[in-house]
Amino acid sequence: MKKVQPLVEIRTSPHIHHSHSVPQIMLNVVYALLPLVLFWVFQYGISALLLLLVVVGTTLLSERFFARMAGRQSPLNDHSALITGILLALTLPPGFPLWMGAIAAFVAIALGKAIFGGLGYNLFNPALVGRAFVQAAFPVAITSWTPAYLPGRFLEFIPSTLALPLMRPADSSTWIAELGQRSEITDALTSATPLAAWKFAGDSGDHWQLLLSLTSGASGQMPGLLIIFCALYLIARNMMNWRIPVAVLGGAFITALPLYLYDSSRFADPLFVLLTGGLLLGALFMASDMVGSPVTPRGILIYGLVIGFVTVIIRSFGALPEGVMYAILLGNALAPLIESVTQPRVYGVGVTTLSALKKPPATATTPEQRHE
Amino acid sequence: MFTSLWHRTFSHGVHPPEEKATTAALPIRRMPFSPRIVVPLSQHFGAAAKALVHKGQELVRGEPIAAADGFMSVPMHAPVTGIVEGVELTPSARGPKTEAIIIRSHLAASQQVMYEGDLDWQQATPEELIWQIQQSGMVGLGGAGFPSHVKLKIPAEYTVDTLVVNGCECEPYLTTDHRLMLERSDDLLLGIRIAMRISGAKRAIIGVEDNKMDAVAALRQTIGNDKTISVGVVRSKYPQGAEKLLLKVLTGREVPSGGFPFQVGVVVNNVATLALIGNLLPRRRGLIERIITIAGPGVKKPGNYLIPLGTPIRFALEHAGYFGDASRLILGGPMMGNTAASLDVPITKPVSALLVFDKAAKASEAQPISPCIYCGRCLDACPVHLNPAHLGRLAAKRQYATMANEFHLNDCFECGSCSYVCPANIPLVQYFRIAKSINRERAR
Repeated sequence: MKKVQPLVEIRTSPHIHHSHSVPQIMLNVVYALLPLVLFWVFQYGISALLLLLVVVGTTLLSERFFARMAGRQSPLNDHSALITGILLALTLPPGFPLWMGAIAAFVAIALGKAIFGGLGYNLFNPALVGRAFVQAAFPVAITSWTPAYLPGRFLEFIPSTLALPLMRPADSSTWIAELGQRSEITDALTSATPLAAWKFAGDSGDHWQLLLSLTSGASGQMPGLLIIFCALYLIARNMMNWRIPVAVLGGAFITALPLYLYDSSRFADPLFVLLTGGLLLGALFMASDMVGSPVTPRGILIYGLVIGFVTVIIRSFGALPEGVMYAILLGNALAPLIESVTQPRVYGVGVTTLSALKKPPATATTPEQRHE
Repeated sequence: MFTSLWHRTFSHGVHPPEEKATTAALPIRRMPFSPRIVVPLSQHFGAAAKALVHKGQELVRGEPIAAADGFMSVPMHAPVTGIVEGVELTPSARGPKTEAIIIRSHLAASQQVMYEGDLDWQQATPEELIWQIQQSGMVGLGGAGFPSHVKLKIPAEYTVDTLVVNGCECEPYLTTDHRLMLERSDDLLLGIRIAMRISGAKRAIIGVEDNKMDAVAALRQTIGNDKTISVGVVRSKYPQGAEKLLLKVLTGREVPSGGFPFQVGVVVNNVATLALIGNLLPRRRGLIERIITIAGPGVKKPGNYLIPLGTPIRFALEHAGYFGDASRLILGGPMMGNTAASLDVPITKPVSALLVFDKAAKASEAQPISPCIYCGRCLDACPVHLNPAHLGRLAAKRQYATMANEFHLNDCFECGSCSYVCPANIPLVQYFRIAKSINRERAR
């Protein structure tokens, strides 16, 4: 009798596996960010588009460069550098000089990610590391916002965009004033972000305006509703932990509410706090970055609350109008510590025997706890 | 559909595709006797049995062929009428060769079991019953193969008030317990009463997942108005059948870490084990056959088969219409079973299923392993609330002692849920097995 011996594969259980792979998850984050990117380009025109391309291109190149140096293969397949690039671009002013954008992107990958060993090992959100670097290096450029919905934004570059490396960028304000004269809408054109307007002029805008960001005037403002819809897509596909943004926004709200009730002329109202600046984008797309956040359930809550709290404190008492970036970076730094003190209680730990006090006899061999 | 939300369950866990529909509706069928039967002397947890037969000896089906070596061991019985070809080293499912009794079957024989007697279990003392169970060669049929008499022997300083009967069968593909609850509920009830008498339990709860409501109805009908035995319906979720999780769901008690169910007054047995005790004990018979599910994309005739122990899987597969090109043979369920190293491996007592996965099923496994991105899905899957992500990182750094001392590695029962959900495809369970075995080595 001829015996067929097929090649059998020997491996350990479990023999089935079901999950989206890491690249699939990352790609879906990119999909979720695409509407935001399109809207951003629609708001600011070709300058924003070019900045986006430069930043994303630099992150991808840097990722490739560092992976090659480390001897790893095709790290671009996991799409995480693409996310870093998009998030970084979305946090920069649209008229940000391109060469500074490239530096931000390079630093994001180099100091934010590659130095720790690549995806999964980074302590901080890489995009925010890049953003923090240029915030410190180019404090003027990073706060020079141009208004959204400028006429001719698809035909003309914002002058500062094309600044030469190491040269002082052109001052956009005269250009904006000129534009305003040409189209006779001088009043509406302000290059202050709503948050800066509130901080330095005591102006707080209309909540609907903040949610939709459809009218011209306010700058540096992504539409809140669109951000939430994009995040809901990821949450619905179980690719984002909804508890993190909820904890961040909750933390910001419960910190802002007593301040506002205490003195409503000095402190912003809680809804304004939630809807302005980068808080929604930060809470939904940066604080929720899996790598930098704790994994334990209680840790996630603490991490989110800390970020929300610190954001409001920086905004209310600090010199900066915007605090989300530093709050998230601080949260990232605290994440390992938070996690170590919030380990979940394991089944059976801290439980005593019920009917007798004696220990089981030493002769008893462990019955295997596999399900029977 | 939403009624399932009412049923009790544990927190966390996973929902693998059940894949039970094809075999759940098929009645148990008897598989013919293989011309060659291989009975390994060690097919259970504990010491190997000692062979009682020699080459050339004629055997009658049901005759003891190996004796228990101590309390933590069980005897073996001849699964077939035939002649001993020898006691030799043969391949085992895990790879290394082990000693086994090889029998050439008399295919023309009547295969009647001659070795039996009568036992009035209601008059017998618990000690006598425990001895009888050992003599029957019973071990846990759910996968662990732990000798049943040891499990039922409660240490003197503990009292047990509840018998939890495990009819969850949470592993995908497996339907043997389901069919058994439908077709052999009388045997099961008798086995439960015997186990209650031995353990001193005042009540018995049969835990059944809510994807087997026909079995629940059949059991309730058989129980009638016996108030001591009840059926507890639990939600279908993996690993609902893990004994410590099931007993917590059904009794609200939690077994101490590293402890045993009897410490909280509970003893757990699987339905297949108790049904066979109910079937064998009153006739003083030995365990010579069991029910297994043969299923998977690689077989033409999936089903539940009553199969003589020691049947080589080659014979079982040919009978079930094996396509012959499958590359993965799993003994047990897909979440916790082991792959068979060769087609000459026999079916042993703890094997509840023989699954054949073909190449198509294999392709999805061929993803590369990527770094952990700390998504936390494994934490949401772990039924005992471990932190597999962190344990995995410690394992990568070979900090095995820290894993056990600070992160409760030894509470992991290797259900595989974390590996199942890992997007990075990290073999977490395998890491934990390695860590545990290295810790055991170091402890010596």
